[in-house]
Amino acid sequence: MEKFDDNTIVRQISQEKYRYGFTTDIQTDVLERGLNEQTVRMISARKNEPEWLLEFRLKAYRHWLEMKLPSWAHLNIPTIDFQSISYYAAPAVRKKGPGSVDEIDPQLMKTFDKLGVPLEERLALSGGMAVDAVMDSVSVKTTFKKNLEEKGIIFCPIGEAVRLYPDLVRRYLGSVVNYRDNFYAALNSAVFSDGSFVYIPKGVRCPMELSTYFRINASGTGQFERTLIVADDDSYVSYLEGCTAPMRDENQLHAAIVEIIVLDRAEVKYSTVQNWYPGDENGRGGVYNFVTKRGDLRGVNSKLSWTQVETGSAITWKYPSCVLRGDGSQGEFYSVALTNNWQQADTGTKMIHLGKNTKSTIISKGISAGHSQNSYRGLVRVTEGAEGARNYSQCDSLLLGSECGAHTFPYMDIHNDSAIVEHEATTSKISEDQLFYCQQRGIPAEEAIGLIVNGYAKEVLNKLPMEFAVEAQRLLSVSLENTTG
Amino acid sequence: MSEQVYSELFRNNRNLVESVSCGVLNAVRSEALDCLEKYGFPTAKVEEYLHTDISGWLEPDWGINLGRVNIPVNLNEVFHCSVPNLSTLMYYLANDRFMASEMSQHSQLPDGVIAGSLNELAGKYPELAGRYYAGLADMHRPGIAALNTLLVQDGFMIYVPDGVVMDKPVQLVTLLQSPVNLMVARRILVVTGKDAALKLLLCDHSVDSHDYLATQVMELYAGENSHVELYDMEETSPHNRRISELYVDQKAGSDVSVTGMTLSNGHTRNSAYVTLSGRAASLTLNGVAIAAGSQHVDNLTFVDHRVPGCQSNELFKYVLDDDSVGAFAGKVLVREGANGTVSQQTNRNICLKRSARMFTQPQLEIYADDVKCSHGSTVGQLDDKALFYMRQRGIPKDEARVLLMMAFVDEVIGHVEMEPLRQRLRYLVERRFKGGQAQCDGCRICR
Repeated sequence: MEKFDDNTIVRQISQEKYRYGFTTDIQTDVLERGLNEQTVRMISARKNEPEWLLEFRLKAYRHWLEMKLPSWAHLNIPTIDFQSISYYAAPAVRKKGPGSVDEIDPQLMKTFDKLGVPLEERLALSGGMAVDAVMDSVSVKTTFKKNLEEKGIIFCPIGEAVRLYPDLVRRYLGSVVNYRDNFYAALNSAVFSDGSFVYIPKGVRCPMELSTYFRINASGTGQFERTLIVADDDSYVSYLEGCTAPMRDENQLHAAIVEIIVLDRAEVKYSTVQNWYPGDENGRGGVYNFVTKRGDLRGVNSKLSWTQVETGSAITWKYPSCVLRGDGSQGEFYSVALTNNWQQADTGTKMIHLGKNTKSTIISKGISAGHSQNSYRGLVRVTEGAEGARNYSQCDSLLLGSECGAHTFPYMDIHNDSAIVEHEATTSKISEDQLFYCQQRGIPAEEAIGLIVNGYAKEVLNKLPMEFAVEAQRLLSVSLENTTG
Repeated sequence: MSEQVYSELFRNNRNLVESVSCGVLNAVRSEALDCLEKYGFPTAKVEEYLHTDISGWLEPDWGINLGRVNIPVNLNEVFHCSVPNLSTLMYYLANDRFMASEMSQHSQLPDGVIAGSLNELAGKYPELAGRYYAGLADMHRPGIAALNTLLVQDGFMIYVPDGVVMDKPVQLVTLLQSPVNLMVARRILVVTGKDAALKLLLCDHSVDSHDYLATQVMELYAGENSHVELYDMEETSPHNRRISELYVDQKAGSDVSVTGMTLSNGHTRNSAYVTLSGRAASLTLNGVAIAAGSQHVDNLTFVDHRVPGCQSNELFKYVLDDDSVGAFAGKVLVREGANGTVSQQTNRNICLKRSARMFTQPQLEIYADDVKCSHGSTVGQLDDKALFYMRQRGIPKDEARVLLMMAFVDEVIGHVEMEPLRQRLRYLVERRFKGGQAQCDGCRICR
């Protein structure tokens, strides 16, 4: 019986398309399209920001003007007209501001309900997860704030954090990803809107998963959120990020920055299930996902683990990285990137070993189908002072179909003789034997592929928190629909 | 902007250069000039040259022997440079001038085989040489092919017609000897016909301690079902800079094996571009680099699987001591439709000292689904446990280290099919690891 149930689920799943493709008809306050100094000032004004933050934005904007688009990635990016995007869109808020659930526009509530994101705290039993929901450029609602506050944990929209904890934000904002870092980081630093701010005080183990849910809703806009996580000495937090967008013919830009600071003996787990709209089967529309994510492991024996499941976006350009500065710090990167139809992904990680006896692990699983191009690009650098560094990388690619591409571009720069660095990569298609075996036992080809792919990605999926793992498995099956034959 | 200096130099001396060269060499100079001006030399900003700044090497005011001034090289002095017990047909390129040894002058080549000076043979057989010369070397990108094609006046050519199996290995010794700092452009053209077989050994030497910059472009056409073994061994001085580009085109069923060995050098950049254009072709591409002092060894390989059913196998091993720098970038491209491709690429490196640096970039670019491709890369040190084990059994530390290093590179050297050469290489490498000069004192050049 159990088997039957499984099958119905799989069938259901494989029949659905991108199910988050709806739009919410809601009053939105949108800034006029275009980008100039005035836009930057206006965004800052709307968010009632202090002077120093405006200065930060303007510096970034001026630097951005001088920068060139990066072209080194194995991506074919159509020209982006940065003047045709609106850089700020906010669901219109009722006068009082969203203090409690009741005050949020019911339409908005429905949207997040539909997305399966619990905005009501009564759902605590189902997961024990605190959510910060971000629609377009603003945070709509953060749940469980009170419970967290009791432990001294700060979890709020970054705009709010700027007002309430200016010292903390000012101290850490831009300290991991400088506004000069790259083209999209500069752009984000100039125009960033909401995102989450997390601070875990010394010795606190965050009792629940923290989660941010990003949603692009308005058309003609981009999303430029900024997330800042600070884990103080001996603390622990597991943070989840999810994202979806409506189906549109246009391409929407998403350029985010995530900065993580990990202090002495602290541990941060950051998990992403990225499911932006990938475009239709002819490659029309879809989100351009150009993201800079970096963790600075400043403390001794600190630990940061990135886990990502990338199934969405028309183009993904993203390298969650670890700067292993503290002695004995550990960085991990687990990734499943799946591309179908005309999607393109160039993703991977950077592990910069600076401290002594630092360790990093990279497990990357790429799956390409349709006409898609999927690249792993990663850097492992062991600097001169990084005595006793250890790295292990494994990058596997799976090809489903003869018109897709799978590429691996690992870089290893070793400047220390005590380093042990290993890299392995394989590329292959699904073994005929495995498929045959499944089919022989009455499992249709498409389901069999789903099974095999899930097995292949298991090493990474196992690293995800429970709720996400289920979601990710389902996503993998959906995204693979129609890849047989 | 040294490109301009070189193109200017060529414009001013075009007549001089072309007057001593045959039509085949001259026919492509205009295109080379255009390409040089358009694409220039690669800087460290070009992805393929991240760790080797070629344009910086070309910057100084090098002497170039455009006027074919006869720099005397006494062949009798260097005559014995051979791998002992390996009887070869030996040819020389002294700087960029072709010379034949007495032995090779007198020995009979198999029917139809042509070997000798590129300039002379291309003049004698313009149709044959014209069909192949500059056909593979890609000048339309930043690189050295355009400059080489622009300035080259001589080199070596060998043509092995259909069905001819050369029993005797061919050895080409390139020597650099000059009273002044010198830049040379040398060119090698190798064509093997259907079912032909050839073993070619290149020995690259510099004789004195002047500064040299050698550009070497080699084109190798491997015909259907042909079998080609190529060994490229560099034993030069710390003053030497070498930029080599090897282009290989493999027809159906051909079997090519290339082994590059950098035993002693100054700064070296070797690029190998191999195109598998016929079905069931098989390529073995191996390399060893042993570097110490401030030596610099950079190998780039690019294997292009264009058609189904080909195999490629790469293995590169580096042992880096002192402040030496090693770089390896390997790319395997499997084009759409090239199903049944089997490709393996391995790069293993040992850093013996803290100051040694290694950069490695194994890359796969795959557009076909029925393939089996893998690559692996490691950087590490000698195994402490193995060292301990040997010392426990009374082997002194230094000796144990040499043994381990020998074992490490033997994975490549052990694949050398010519027995005498393999023995010789083992001897040379061992000497090198024991701290001695990596010179093959089997010949007079190195004494």
